[in-house]
Amino acid sequence: MLDRADDPALLLIAPTGGGKTLAGFLPTLAELAQGDHEGMHTLYVSPLKALAADIKRNLTTPVEDMSLPIRIEDRTGDTSATQKKRQRADPPHILLTTPESLALLTSYPDAPRMFAGLQRVVVDEIHALAESKRGDQLFLALARLQTLCPNLRRVGLSATVEDPQAIANLLARHPDPCEILYADPGPDADISMLQTVEAPPWSGGGAAYAIPAVMEQIKAHNTTLIFHNTRAQAEIFFHNLWLANDDSLPIGIHHGSLDRQQRARVEAAMVRGDLRAIVCTGSLDLGIDWGDVDLVIQVGAPKNVKRLIQRIGRANHRYNAPSKALLVPANRFEVVECQAALQAARERDLDGDPRAAGPLDVVCQHILIAACSGPFDENDLFRELSSAGPYASLSRAQFDDCLDFCATGGYALRAYDKWQRLMQRADGLWQLRDPRAAARIRQNIGTIQDTDTLKVRMRRNRGGKPLGEIEESFAATLTPGDTFLIGGQIVRYEGLRELTVEVSRDKGRKPKVATFNGSKFSTSTQLSERILRIFQQDNWPDLPPHTADWLALQRKVSRLPEPGSLLVETFPHDGNEHLCIYGFAGRNAMQTLGLLVTKRMEEMGLAPLGFVATDYATLIWGLDPVEHVAPLFELAALEAGVDQWLAGNAVMKRTFRASATIAGLIERNMQGQRKSGRQATFSSDILYDTLLKYDPDHLLMRITRTEAMRGLVDFARIRVMTKRIEGRIDHIKLDRLSPLSAPLFLEVGKVPIAGQAVERMMKEEAKALMQAAGLAGT
Amino acid sequence: MNMLEFHFCGATLMALGSGALWWPENDLLCVSDLHLGKSERFARRGAPPMPPYETRDTLDRLSRDMDETGAGTIVCLGDSFDDTQAALGLAEAEKLLITTLQAGKKWIWIEGNHDPGPVDLGGSHLVQFLQEPLVFRHIAERDSQGEVSGHYHPKARLAARGRSVARKCFLYDSSRLIMPAYGTYTGGLRSTDDTLTQIMQPDAVAILTGPNPCAIPMPR
Repeated sequence: MLDRADDPALLLIAPTGGGKTLAGFLPTLAELAQGDHEGMHTLYVSPLKALAADIKRNLTTPVEDMSLPIRIEDRTGDTSATQKKRQRADPPHILLTTPESLALLTSYPDAPRMFAGLQRVVVDEIHALAESKRGDQLFLALARLQTLCPNLRRVGLSATVEDPQAIANLLARHPDPCEILYADPGPDADISMLQTVEAPPWSGGGAAYAIPAVMEQIKAHNTTLIFHNTRAQAEIFFHNLWLANDDSLPIGIHHGSLDRQQRARVEAAMVRGDLRAIVCTGSLDLGIDWGDVDLVIQVGAPKNVKRLIQRIGRANHRYNAPSKALLVPANRFEVVECQAALQAARERDLDGDPRAAGPLDVVCQHILIAACSGPFDENDLFRELSSAGPYASLSRAQFDDCLDFCATGGYALRAYDKWQRLMQRADGLWQLRDPRAAARIRQNIGTIQDTDTLKVRMRRNRGGKPLGEIEESFAATLTPGDTFLIGGQIVRYEGLRELTVEVSRDKGRKPKVATFNGSKFSTSTQLSERILRIFQQDNWPDLPPHTADWLALQRKVSRLPEPGSLLVETFPHDGNEHLCIYGFAGRNAMQTLGLLVTKRMEEMGLAPLGFVATDYATLIWGLDPVEHVAPLFELAALEAGVDQWLAGNAVMKRTFRASATIAGLIERNMQGQRKSGRQATFSSDILYDTLLKYDPDHLLMRITRTEAMRGLVDFARIRVMTKRIEGRIDHIKLDRLSPLSAPLFLEVGKVPIAGQAVERMMKEEAKALMQAAGLAGT
Repeated sequence: MNMLEFHFCGATLMALGSGALWWPENDLLCVSDLHLGKSERFARRGAPPMPPYETRDTLDRLSRDMDETGAGTIVCLGDSFDDTQAALGLAEAEKLLITTLQAGKKWIWIEGNHDPGPVDLGGSHLVQFLQEPLVFRHIAERDSQGEVSGHYHPKARLAARGRSVARKCFLYDSSRLIMPAYGTYTGGLRSTDDTLTQIMQPDAVAILTGPNPCAIPMPR
């Protein structure tokens, strides 16, 4: 690192726990040791607040031991207002912060003074930031800093990734080069599948069958991290683990929907070495050095090899010993998925989809931030923006669209010329029409989406203990007396009080499981292709016999899906006709495919009744058998369908809300106002519906469409699938369900095809309620 | 037309799925809380520029309800404009649209807390309007009988078979009726809110708006 200290941009790739963070600070400490630097020298940015605090501790110790004249402070959403004010007046030598706090800092008119003298910026866990809008925002903020401090040097610290050059391109000022350094990757990890007495079930994600075997592993190790793909699965598993915890081993749970204090307690206990195991989700993917974790268990197929490798790296963080990890398939199909992931991990064949160009909603926010910091010249701002890696290909027309949106709303009906948000002065510079708007804009800085969640508290006289959060849509389905799992305990729903869900303790009943949106991953393209290749083997000595027999039976009665064609089975079952599509395009795309194909079937009069989708297949049922399947999969027809269907879809509304919030059309505090302002606020869905009706080509509608297509709709993978099969469809007609389709019948999340169903259901329910209340006939 | 008939203080009324109230016997259509010009007011105060289409959308919907009922009297039950300045600031096309709607009709603007003064548009401007046995005013008053009011923007939730739907709603009991907000950019106040549970009697009924208006006991 020291040899490269003068490079304008440098990316260090090291496995988790390689001590890379301290390496990133070496040049800083060397330069500051002379004690003659005035003001801020190095800015450290990490995705986690906790990480900033952790690094502060780790840095302060050597600095104090060596009596170096260096002041180190952190600044996050948790920093006090007085401390923040002082930092702006008298910046520390090293400031540790997050992308959001940095963006906020650049929005102040005194930013040039605060960052005067800044020499280096260190971006930690850059691989995690590079995949999200938080990263896009960060790289825009770096472009801003570079304008303020032309000699700024950038260092990125990344875990092992499939495409280091892509990250280097994001980090460096475009078109500067960026050197990449590779640290010793360390010994190969020791990964295998957990051996269990009982075979995994045909479907489901709970992995309850594996509880005894997991318990044995916990006992045999010091500290075990048990990763899950979703919060709901983590809750169920934790609950079951405690039911089997006869020795009362200290086992904790950690996920993003738990109360912050509760998470902090678990983290502290972990650092002290008080816990034998932690059931967790992606919330523990990053950062903090956990000490003596000696086993990582991944429950459920890893869906993505890169994340698996990073998780495995959590074990043996400090020693140059192989990390030890066990995979636990949650169901029979996941046995094959786990096998594919094991192969890929051993070959270090990482996956990941290349990221498209940076999204425009973040550009809109950046323009507003620039306006808060002072009047700007549009040409200068455009140049600055396009020097940021994610926006290197931003066109002037796109930028102008964003600027117009920020200034006037960008509506076809020019209504606000009088009340513009930004106005151009006589000298050509842009500024806020009303300087007081800066405070509102600052409140809205950031790209992290809060879903509509409600806090959960124990019912007491005066505010009981906070437990965590559940989604509003889940809360809406609860009636008093219902029980659900949160933080590993069963609680009883008592009622809603000022937007807080009040609960009491409950014992022994079968609880509902809270749903959390957005935490479902799709199996990566690379893993899906590996699974298809495994299917092509003559036999499967690496797979447990129960799974190998299952695949053999499928080959005998039907056939196994192949990479070069699309297998479609049709068969009658239980009074309905079924169509099973083995598309292997990942959950989101298979879900979309289900919607599009059923829509086509409806048009063709094939009376579909419903469908269910998994990562590998979509099962559709209906009244009539499908004789000719090929017309259902014509790409052009599917593409035409998607636009039409998308418009009225809930996915679009959710995506719109996210983008409109980032772009500054919806203010975050509007949601907070629900508590006091009440009827003053209205749902963002109304804005979407209005734009769809009167201004469908508005910038935000275009952003929403792009985002949805590559996000939840994932149409890109349907395109990849149709390209892969090139029209080759193997239609197998069976007289009964096939072995491979059987688990789909047990899947949850069936989607009924019925527009009028909700209205009809409401009518019936209303009638029953009125009769029960004795109000019928009024 | 999607509507639900109900009886209130001796009057036979129709709750329209759109949130309007139709009183065939008196040839009267009532809408509440239009909040015309809301996006303009937001922009004026430095808030983000909302899509400026809500006035047109609200008036289009009102126009459809007027066509379908053929009502001769239109009562706008207060907060018809988001504030007095918003009323003055309406685009010419929108003012013209209102004038067209008013042609040949008896048009009554009831004062609301957002729009207390008269506006430079046609129609009469009243604090309240009496049409036996009902009285129309913006905010519900104590001990009133046969009162139709708006102001609170009530909404109610109905859950069945694991799905839950929230809709703007009418609330009524034996003495008062509270109208849902009709304006496109309006939100709702849950019927479970103390404000509403205190005003409404225990046997109050909520009529949910939407494609098929339906009545349920008022959720509390």
